[in-house]
Amino acid sequence: MRFDERAEAPRDLGRPSPGDRRRRTLGTLFLLLCFAATSVGVVSLMVLLVDVLMDGVAQLDPEFLSSYASRFADRAGIRAPLFGTFWILLLTAVIAFPLSVGAAVYLEEYAPRNWITRIIQVNIANLAGVPSIVYGILGLAVFVRGMGLGRSLLSGALTLSILILPVIIMASQEAIRAVPDSIRQAAYGLGATRWQVTRRQVLPMALPGILTGTILALSRAVGETAPLIMIGALSFIAFTPQGVMDQFTVLPLQIYNWISRPGDDFHAIAAAAIIVLLVMLLAMNAVAILLRNRFSRMRSN
Amino acid sequence: MGEVLIGGGLFACAALSTLVTVGIVVVLISETLVFFREVPVLEFLTGTEWTPQFADKNFGVLPLLSGSVLIAIGSSIISLPVGLLTAIYLSEFASERVRGVLKPALEILAGIPTVVYGYFALTFITPVIQYFVPSTGTFNALSASIVVGIMIIPTIASLSEDAIRAVPLSLRAGAHGLGATKMEVSTRVVVPAALSGIVASFILGISRAIGETMAVTIAAGALPQITANPFEAVQTMTAYIVAVSLGDTPVGTIEYKTIFAVGFALFVITLLMNILSQVVLSRFRERYE
Repeated sequence: MRFDERAEAPRDLGRPSPGDRRRRTLGTLFLLLCFAATSVGVVSLMVLLVDVLMDGVAQLDPEFLSSYASRFADRAGIRAPLFGTFWILLLTAVIAFPLSVGAAVYLEEYAPRNWITRIIQVNIANLAGVPSIVYGILGLAVFVRGMGLGRSLLSGALTLSILILPVIIMASQEAIRAVPDSIRQAAYGLGATRWQVTRRQVLPMALPGILTGTILALSRAVGETAPLIMIGALSFIAFTPQGVMDQFTVLPLQIYNWISRPGDDFHAIAAAAIIVLLVMLLAMNAVAILLRNRFSRMRSN
Repeated sequence: MGEVLIGGGLFACAALSTLVTVGIVVVLISETLVFFREVPVLEFLTGTEWTPQFADKNFGVLPLLSGSVLIAIGSSIISLPVGLLTAIYLSEFASERVRGVLKPALEILAGIPTVVYGYFALTFITPVIQYFVPSTGTFNALSASIVVGIMIIPTIASLSEDAIRAVPLSLRAGAHGLGATKMEVSTRVVVPAALSGIVASFILGISRAIGETMAVTIAAGALPQITANPFEAVQTMTAYIVAVSLGDTPVGTIEYKTIFAVGFALFVITLLMNILSQVVLSRFRERYE
């Protein structure tokens, strides 16, 4: 750059050069691109919901909820899968919750910092990335065949429990970690034992966070299809389960069964069942969000 | 005494998760070894025909693998750029109020069961594709790729956003002070600084696409073939496993054993990708202070 050119420069200050204008235009275009990309997800969600609602809402009536499956689409209902889903939800919660919270408490409050703890921690992170169908294969080999539990509710709930175990463990660990150390120190100072500190101080404070994580994990379990296909849950069942050793079906399985049949009639009742499933999941998520909000309000007070 | 028992019980809970991994590995390996007693490993890994249910049986896993890879590539074309740009928008541009609407929407998108995405692909996306390309079959790889891509956007967006938000404000302020526009700050400072986290999110997203089951079973079809044509039906590894389990396959037959061999391949591929993403995250992380 020559000297006289530099001397001219101050005159242009405040007036954007063509290069500046191009950079600003590019910046605006980039913002629009980012916004457009963000809309892809949101618009897809809306289109999906509208598509399902338009296809299925006409089929929704009390009879649809209270009838069993049928060869005829207009007579078919979701009584059996609805009951099956509630059973699975309950059993999975009962099995997965104590095990996961126990593991989280161990890792956060008890575990020494050694290689065994590190292995367990890395392993949990890796388990969270294992495809759900692989859990189905494990359930088939261990619960259905190995332990002879058959295609029962118990096999299904055990399979789904180990599927969501890592999710609940990680959420619980985060909740437990958020409990301030000063509270533990104070309790220890009063002579409390480790378990007393955990049970009386840490767990009550971490509970809302743990419950939020558990509900979200359970809503994932409720939507799972592949692992239950693997363990051989049926999709044509004309009874509601009476005990944990009974055969069963769940909403996602019934939906898959109806989707895989040709014909708009069955697709329409699949959409109706999807609406029921989504309402259930939405309700679970709403509870989880309420808990979370209450939790953060409690914290800030 | 009670304290010791409780400590032991809690340790057992934590150790259980390790037992699950051991269980998965033992089940898959032992059954796969039985499978390889009847089918040579080389045939499984290099064969280009997959017809275990026919009279003339062939056990080449490549058609299933290529089906999975085709869907993974197709869905990545959508989910990687869209997910990353969404993350940039959420962390660099969106106001708190807009974020408060968009984040829950993405969370809902992530929480929708995969069987619902399958329904969406079959009854909405496929007809749209057929409108533009009438020769497309009811089952095709494109529809499955699109829906899997949509499904994975939240994963990539939220993990990338975490990485981008971890970039210190001082770096942005420095770049702005030098006269950089927001776009220049985002693309030349923030994204490079968060690159390890972004790449890790990409790998995890692709791994999820390979493990995805119901949407591809419903939308992509059940035709194991090696093709790069997205308008044709394919069968992924996961869809094959579902197809065999739905049929009445007697225990102990070679078809039954294929579940475990294909499942083992699937497990190894996704595990390697998950480990790779952790390595990327820890090795190439830019550290500030």
